[in-house]
Amino acid sequence: MTADTDRPAGRPKLAVWKFASCDGCQLTLLDCEDELLGIADKLQISYFLEASSAPGPGPYDLSLVEGSVTTQQDIERIRHIREVSRRLVTIGACATAGGVQALRNYADVAEFRAAVYARPDYIQTLETSTPISAHVPVDFELRGCPIDRGQLIEVITAYLVGRAPDVPEHSVCFECKRRGTVCVIVAHGTPCLGPVTHAGCGALCPAYGRGCYGCFGPSNSTNFPAFIPLLRRDGMNTLDVVRVLRTYNTAAPEFEAASRKELRG
Amino acid sequence: MTHRESRVLRIRSLARVEGEGALHLRLRDDQVDQARLQIYEPPRFFEAFLRGRSYTEPPDITSRVCGICPVAYQMSACRAVEDACGVIVDGQLAALRRLLYCGEWIESQTLHIYLLHAPDFLGADSAIDLARTWRTDVERGLRLKQAGNAVMELLGGRAIHPVNIRLGGFYRTPAASELRPLVERLRRARDDAEQTVQWVAGFDFPDAGCDYELLALAEPGTYAIESGNPTAMSAPSTAGLPADSDRALPTRTFGVREFGDHVVETQLPHSTALNSLLDGHRHLTGSLARYAISGQWLSPIALQAAQDAGLGDPRQGAVCRNPFRSIIVRAVEVLYAVDEALRIIDTYEPPPRPYLDVPPRAATGHGATEAPRGLLYHRYTLGAHGTVTDANLVPPTAQNQGAIEEDLRRLVQEHLGSGEPTDAELTNLCEKAIRNHDPCISCSTHFLKLTIERS
Repeated sequence: MTADTDRPAGRPKLAVWKFASCDGCQLTLLDCEDELLGIADKLQISYFLEASSAPGPGPYDLSLVEGSVTTQQDIERIRHIREVSRRLVTIGACATAGGVQALRNYADVAEFRAAVYARPDYIQTLETSTPISAHVPVDFELRGCPIDRGQLIEVITAYLVGRAPDVPEHSVCFECKRRGTVCVIVAHGTPCLGPVTHAGCGALCPAYGRGCYGCFGPSNSTNFPAFIPLLRRDGMNTLDVVRVLRTYNTAAPEFEAASRKELRG
Repeated sequence: MTHRESRVLRIRSLARVEGEGALHLRLRDDQVDQARLQIYEPPRFFEAFLRGRSYTEPPDITSRVCGICPVAYQMSACRAVEDACGVIVDGQLAALRRLLYCGEWIESQTLHIYLLHAPDFLGADSAIDLARTWRTDVERGLRLKQAGNAVMELLGGRAIHPVNIRLGGFYRTPAASELRPLVERLRRARDDAEQTVQWVAGFDFPDAGCDYELLALAEPGTYAIESGNPTAMSAPSTAGLPADSDRALPTRTFGVREFGDHVVETQLPHSTALNSLLDGHRHLTGSLARYAISGQWLSPIALQAAQDAGLGDPRQGAVCRNPFRSIIVRAVEVLYAVDEALRIIDTYEPPPRPYLDVPPRAATGHGATEAPRGLLYHRYTLGAHGTVTDANLVPPTAQNQGAIEEDLRRLVQEHLGSGEPTDAELTNLCEKAIRNHDPCISCSTHFLKLTIERS
């Protein structure tokens, strides 16, 4: 997101949109208990179905989009949302990378339908789950499954004052060091995706003695040929490596390429 | 207009519910022909892609079904996989799980009370709209909600999709001193929760009832949350009582492993609807059911608040069957959850290990816990090396769908009989009736319901 020169007069209008998702990222906005009423003073929360039964008309100055695209109607809906949005920010792993539902991308969706539904013929869905950026231009992508509350506030604040959000793209390792957490790989031999995962969570998992599982997706500096042997050294086999890469950001290009390479051997 | 012809009412986007749904109601000659809750959340196929995953993964993966109640998914998943592996988590580890779950109850129920449901009773569109005239109350709600989040953040690492939960317990358990800062916050929250019960008890409630079986877990001696056996209370009509009767009725209990024998998904003729029926009857899970089944085990402070709020004394067989008053029951449950969290912290001693080992074995396991909106059941079948070969998730909203539709049908029918309501009035009424049950549509997508329109 670049600095805005054509800022709207009056309170800018905020819209929150949902595609295939768990609602957790938009809930993060309601979890800003200390800031919510303050944000509502600065921004007109114009369209937010989860929170309001009085949706206001567009166009919108800032659209936050949660969820991935999995139906034909949603392809049309995201195009419309783009048209009526001055700035469009994706929130979370589904909107940014396709989400956990992108696991269908490796499977036969007809078989998936039959496995879950008694009448699969009534379920209309696309063969793939894709991020918003596969369909329309996106101004900024906020990572995470779920997103971090502090980063969401940063994105909204940055928008309000017309500057780029300060959201670092380095790996979780930096956050561990800053937090003072002992490295779980070095100290305990625990497999950890921290070295290749985008920062933003505050290095939560290592702080709880658990290896990072990559819920913020790839960082800006992944080096899988060097990294995968570390996972193997710490006890993971090919199936384990594929599984850990194929979760909430499975369709992120770096994770996807690495998991495919693993399977090819 | 004295004679109404066929009329179709559509609410295209339900607001202030979790997930996306719509309502389709067909009226013909002043008779409600059909009430249909249509869920257009796109399917995400969790049960399909869980197959082939490791048995350690369902707690994290299924938490992504619902960002509003991730702990419920993690707990039901843990219990089901542990059941398959023959492991029982008890003692302080079980107490910590209950504490975490109390955090989710406080957060999620308060969210529903203040941000989603209260605006209906006070003529507002949203909590932000509400804050213009009821600022002190909305701030109290946000503070209370935050206390629930604080419990989840401390124990789970974060409130949405916590990272510290694993099979057998936790990755890391806190020292007693780490829990202590929560105490002051929860004491304040207890005051806020008491005031919440008083606040919502002052709302105006239409008369209504529900002639369904009530289904909730029961764990004698405690208000069942993270464990217990499914227990059903008969519908009032079976005892010749009206739907709004506040009398407790006989219950029957079955094991979690028999859940699938009793709660059966059926496909109705002429529609693609999948409806859950309990032994062939429509049933309701959630706050009203829990209060009926476990109300006698509430803590003294919660029991007193319930009585002061006009809910009667559950120890004397009082139940609440008015879905509009579910907001009071939710508030009582929040008060209980705060009180219970304080009790658990007070008696906490760190367990010797943060988790029990859960070695895999080829078996099928069942788990059920009380999500904020009702009973959430998971079943997994594991292969010899711990690979999931089959998964089944039955969320509360899917079970409640039939009851919600029946509520809508009856309410609209009553209103048609008492005047000439406009579409806008009916729409408003239906939205409120749906929110009475706090439906979580994100969870229920695999109960997607489409009905063929017949002319």
